[in-house]
Amino acid sequence: MELLAEINGNVNAIGYGLAAIGPGIGIGILVGKALEGIARQPEATGVLRTNMFLGIAFTEALALIGLVAGFLFT
Amino acid sequence: MLNVPAAVRLLVPTSGDEGEGFHAPTIEEFFPPQLFGEGTWWGPTRIDLTGFFMAGVLSLFFVLAFKRTTIVPGKLQNLGEMAVDAVYVNVIDEVMGAKGRRFAPLLVTLFWMILAFNITGIVPPFMIAGTSVIGVPLVLALVSYAVFNWAGIKEHGVGAYLKMNLFPPGVPKPIYVLVTPIEFISTFILRPVTLTIRLLANMMSGHLLLVLFFGATSYFLFEVSGLMKSVAIVSYAMGFIFVLFEVIVALLQAYIFTLLTAVYIDGATSHEH
Repeated sequence: MELLAEINGNVNAIGYGLAAIGPGIGIGILVGKALEGIARQPEATGVLRTNMFLGIAFTEALALIGLVAGFLFT
Repeated sequence: MLNVPAAVRLLVPTSGDEGEGFHAPTIEEFFPPQLFGEGTWWGPTRIDLTGFFMAGVLSLFFVLAFKRTTIVPGKLQNLGEMAVDAVYVNVIDEVMGAKGRRFAPLLVTLFWMILAFNITGIVPPFMIAGTSVIGVPLVLALVSYAVFNWAGIKEHGVGAYLKMNLFPPGVPKPIYVLVTPIEFISTFILRPVTLTIRLLANMMSGHLLLVLFFGATSYFLFEVSGLMKSVAIVSYAMGFIFVLFEVIVALLQAYIFTLLTAVYIDGATSHEH
């Protein structure tokens, strides 16, 4: 079979890069919206901040699974 | 060498004769040699000993702080009360309300234990987080898993608890074919898995970043000649910034783990569904 393209080095790095795109955008939107909410309604700061951290924890998990997968599937 | 100006040639990194070049950190960082009892399952590595040491420090602090409690607290008792109060105010009251107070011993212990284990990642004699090997986060996640399921079953009974989680109300009957497996996986399988991975991967990546930047600093400073040596300054500055960043990550991960445990317990014991 004729070889058309070749990659050198660790492909896991590309995998992690891809895994970081979604959560990156997600956390950006999430924190942005939470700040917007806090700016509009400063008295709701406590609830909004707690829920923001919860949302970050769930979103961030995807990027971290990407990181772990990079080490697992070598 | 090609015919290039001397100034440009200075910018090309050339390693000296001595030194063995730059080694990027690998996963082997987290499998250091056993200090004694080599080859046995119990032989502790320096990461394990870090964990034991911090557990000892933490226990000593809380025992000393609350050994003889007085109405007007002394200095140490004051500090201990602040430590407990931080979790009460920021996690328990925020998420669970007054009924969550009975879970306070678990949540306070979780928060301070994780924080103590995380912070060793940037404390010089250790320089590795006790939570950066899978054992500690896994056991903590299993404890959290056992407690929220136990609390839910005790509150509702087994059948009602499973029904509440697996068959959420307000969904058309045929859709349960899709909803029930998803709810089962997300509630009973993914919760402990993500609790473990979130803590583990955060501390792991933090340590790898620090090793990378300080390893690069040492490489550029001692083994590279020419103007490239000055990259060591940038690399060291980045390492320093990430040390500060790790303080925030250590705090945040302890907070998030405790917060999620509180949310899971609250979800399992609530009656709104």
